[in-house]
Amino acid sequence: MLDFFFGHYAYWFSIILFSIGMYGMLFKKTLIKKIIGLSILQSSVILFFVSVASKVDATVPVYDYNIPVENVANYMNPLPHTLMLTAIVVGVATLGVAFTLLIAIYNRYQTLDEQELIERIHD
Amino acid sequence: MKYLKALILVTFAVLLIYAAADLPFRGDPDNRMHDERSMTNTPVAGNYYIQEAYHDAHTPNIVTVVLGDYRSIDTFGEQVVIYTAGIITLLVLRRTRRRSS
Amino acid sequence: MRSQFDSPIIVLGARLLTPYIMVFGLYVIFHGHYSPGGGFQGGTLLAAAVLLIRVATGRRVSRLQIQEFATTPLAVIGVIIYFATGFAVMITGGYFLDYGQLPIPGMDPVWLRYTGILIIEVGIGLAVMAILVMIFDNMVKGEDYA
Repeated sequence: MLDFFFGHYAYWFSIILFSIGMYGMLFKKTLIKKIIGLSILQSSVILFFVSVASKVDATVPVYDYNIPVENVANYMNPLPHTLMLTAIVVGVATLGVAFTLLIAIYNRYQTLDEQELIERIHD
Repeated sequence: MKYLKALILVTFAVLLIYAAADLPFRGDPDNRMHDERSMTNTPVAGNYYIQEAYHDAHTPNIVTVVLGDYRSIDTFGEQVVIYTAGIITLLVLRRTRRRSS
Repeated sequence: MRSQFDSPIIVLGARLLTPYIMVFGLYVIFHGHYSPGGGFQGGTLLAAAVLLIRVATGRRVSRLQIQEFATTPLAVIGVIIYFATGFAVMITGGYFLDYGQLPIPGMDPVWLRYTGILIIEVGIGLAVMAILVMIFDNMVKGEDYA
């Protein structure tokens, strides 16, 4: 049981981060806080993928002459690292788009609160 | 409404914990995704990248080879995505400026 | 940005730090073949160097570094460098982005792949830098207008 718990510890941390992000998205009233929650949720997914790629006693995926490449267990899996590398930059760009939309909303309705925003849209 | 949100949050967390219980341990070298052959007996991409990257492109950093060579069309798509994001910021805020003037 | 207060300490610190961040960004781009790094990370570092000046000194001084209208052409140049590399392979008879047949005479296909990866990393770095600066500029401009 203890072995099971500590063997999966990276996944538990990812799930905690995911829950924090989802809590922010569901319960917070301000749109900026919702976007911060979205960003936390995204980083939890990124950490999950990077933790899946690891192997015990393996080195980073940079080729070294002293470590033979035929034994695959010597190097970590490079594919999740690549995917998450692009996902981080795209996440930053989409965060910029989200804040741009928030600025546009604020310029038009003068508020970012969820309830007030719905009332002002219906007026 | 608040209880419904709390129910959604707890349900999702329990679902994730249930799903994570079936995953292999962190850092397990016998993980399915690190195998030589997959379940359907096809070669696994990660192993091919590790073994052949230096031979194919003479670049020691395997992540760079995967990013720039094997999956270069994917990277091109990502670059177009961030370019589109930049253009969206330009278009949305320029429209606001024209209306108020 | 509306509020600009001329603090010599902040301006001096930003001026002191910016060249080193920029050189480190270039190092990360061009040394990405041998160590962790590459176009995305180096482009983000270059954007950090540019944005540090913009945050510290405001619009009047940062206009001297990279003007606001110059970011969109830089982003387009970055995307076009990437696309042209793939297209140059295609018009000489290879597949799209298959660097083994780049039209550079006197090189092995293996070293052609090495060169092709370097070229597209430069394109990615330029585009990422220009786009992050562009997002910041547009957000500042839109906020001013509220």
